[in-house]
Amino acid sequence: MTATCQTSVRKRPKHLGLSAILFQIKLPLPGKLSILHRASGVLLFLLLAPLLAFFQMSLTSPEAFASFQGYAAHPIIKAIFAVLIWAYMHHFCAGIRFLLLDAHTGLDLPSARRSAFLVFAASLLLTALLCWRILL
Amino acid sequence: MIHRIVVGAHYGLKDWLAQRVTAIIMAAYSLFLAIVLAAVQPVSFEAWRNIFTFGPVKFFTFVFGLSLLLHAWIGIRDLWMDYVQPVSVRLTLHVLTIVALIGYVGWFVTVLWRV
Repeated sequence: MTATCQTSVRKRPKHLGLSAILFQIKLPLPGKLSILHRASGVLLFLLLAPLLAFFQMSLTSPEAFASFQGYAAHPIIKAIFAVLIWAYMHHFCAGIRFLLLDAHTGLDLPSARRSAFLVFAASLLLTALLCWRILL
Repeated sequence: MIHRIVVGAHYGLKDWLAQRVTAIIMAAYSLFLAIVLAAVQPVSFEAWRNIFTFGPVKFFTFVFGLSLLLHAWIGIRDLWMDYVQPVSVRLTLHVLTIVALIGYVGWFVTVLWRV
């Protein structure tokens, strides 16, 4: 009797390593949306300084504006801008969803899953649209 | 004696609300700027610069900057509170985050007001 009981006792607390977090745990779509909301926010924060530098460059003088255009034409900078546009769009769309959830709108599971899907669809579509209009 | 952590969560209702109010302000600004950019389609320095010489744009851009300061502070602070446990390290990261954000606002304002 005691033997069967002991097998059901799990080791707690369970500490998860990075590989478990990345590869073992399968998050549902709203969970993926949530962690990407955080990740995109951190990315936007980290890129504030270079963005400010570009903002300054673009507004200081015609010469500085021209050198800003030179930087912006570089493929690596364009790739970073594309990621940045995605981060802004995901943070924006997911943020609106969180505001609606705060207002107790769409809290049931089917609605929450559907709105998570809508956020991914909208943010990826907006990212594609803006990349096409601004970067190409 | 109550054990208090200087970098603890406190009650946080004001921060929670500020996070949401600043989010709405920035979302509104994003739409506003998108409409302005779509209308003006600035490709030259003059056209781009002229957008920010217009008073209401300058005002709203400044409010956006301040909202971003508060929003980013609460967001990044929550990040440190979630992942960094030692009080000394967490406090250091909090201070560095504040220093960076305050500096960014000063930078942003000087750029904006020189236009």
